[in-house]
Amino acid sequence: MLNNLKNSINRFLVTVTVLVLTCPAGAFAAEQAVVIGGDKPWWYWPVILFFFCFILGILAVMAGVGGGVLYVPLVSGFFPFHIDFVRGVGLMVALAGALAAGPGLLRRNLANLRLALPVALIASAFSIIGAMLGLYLSALNPDIIQVCLGATIVGIACLLIFSKNSEKPVVTNQDAISMALGLGGVYWDEGGRENVEWKTHRTLLGMFMFILIGLVAGMFGLGAGWANVPVLNLMMGAPLKVSVATSKFLLSITDTSAAWIYMNRGCVIPLIGVPSIVGLMLGSLLGVRLLAIAKPKMIRVFVIVVLLFAGLKAMDKGLGLGILG
Amino acid sequence: MNTQANLASRPSKEQVIYANILVIGVWIGLGILFLTYAIYVSGILPSHVDMMLVTQNWDKGVNEYLAITHSPHGLGWLALMGKGDFLNYLGFAFLALLTIVCYLVLVKGYFAKKDWIYAGIAILEILVLSLAASGLLGGGGH
Repeated sequence: MLNNLKNSINRFLVTVTVLVLTCPAGAFAAEQAVVIGGDKPWWYWPVILFFFCFILGILAVMAGVGGGVLYVPLVSGFFPFHIDFVRGVGLMVALAGALAAGPGLLRRNLANLRLALPVALIASAFSIIGAMLGLYLSALNPDIIQVCLGATIVGIACLLIFSKNSEKPVVTNQDAISMALGLGGVYWDEGGRENVEWKTHRTLLGMFMFILIGLVAGMFGLGAGWANVPVLNLMMGAPLKVSVATSKFLLSITDTSAAWIYMNRGCVIPLIGVPSIVGLMLGSLLGVRLLAIAKPKMIRVFVIVVLLFAGLKAMDKGLGLGILG
Repeated sequence: MNTQANLASRPSKEQVIYANILVIGVWIGLGILFLTYAIYVSGILPSHVDMMLVTQNWDKGVNEYLAITHSPHGLGWLALMGKGDFLNYLGFAFLALLTIVCYLVLVKGYFAKKDWIYAGIAILEILVLSLAASGLLGGGGH
């Protein structure tokens, strides 16, 4: 009986995934209708956006990716909003999600303040520069941003496919910067029923990478969890759980500075912003509950395929090739 | 979990305070977003930009959109708090200010512990976020 229920839920989730992700066709068809008729009531797109983001929130949790990284390429590809507004709202979406997740991660000592603060300072400062650069390029020619965004999204999809995270990396020599900053700690591993001690190495290189992460996050309005985790885990040697949690917490700081730049420029429109934020957050809450009974691996594979498609479509759109419609 | 494990893996005092502020702040922020959006879409307060004008122009770049809708940039939205659409910025701004508030608590804690490096990092972060929020950077556009 329980298995039947699980199978039904899995079938439902996969069906919804297919409908929503391959088929922003609904959104796409309606986009055509707007172009042709332009007679939709004001609430039409916000309502579609709300449900779209609700499903996106569920899938993001199951696929283990941030909302922003799905939101920006999909909404810019299939909804009639200019990329400026999509990036501005994308940052607010990522920010709201990170703020909501922060308290639980901090209380369980999974997100580590000592690790987060130095890299957050670097990433947030450079995300301001990224945001300003992104808005400048977009004003010159939005196609530049579309192509670069597409290439970045394809790169992220490849990263998700090929990146092999390490559960508990072995760090033999803690470097001088790491020691000076006290980058290390202990967390309780519920699975192994043990205390896990950790410390970092290659700290300077890791910090340099956060310059790039900040620039990309600000320029494209993407949350940068996809980049934070490999740098913290594979490069700096923090355990995977600490890396994932600290990364999520980091977004609440990095995205704040870039979000202010977009908001002050007028890139956050309430009619787009509120349905997106509320939809994604409600979807994430449901996603966490469904995580226990669904098959996230299958959904993760599907989301990666969709990311690849969304990235290629953004490049196609920016280059004006028209191959992908 | 045994006592030793519990002590070693316990979060710092600052970390717990940070978490407590966040959890309260997020719910207040979402409440403000929900309430102000309800006021906006129900038309209780008049909008600065008509909703149809928004939907007809959200496919244009931000500079063009601002010019067509006569919308402000920078912190100009503060002067339009009486308008339903710009009232929504209260929720966005609240969420975006939360981190600065949390950092103020961190600075106090690090000073008390004489952890000068982290006190300095926290102060620098507050400066960076305040600069971003000030509207001095990237607020222009026309």
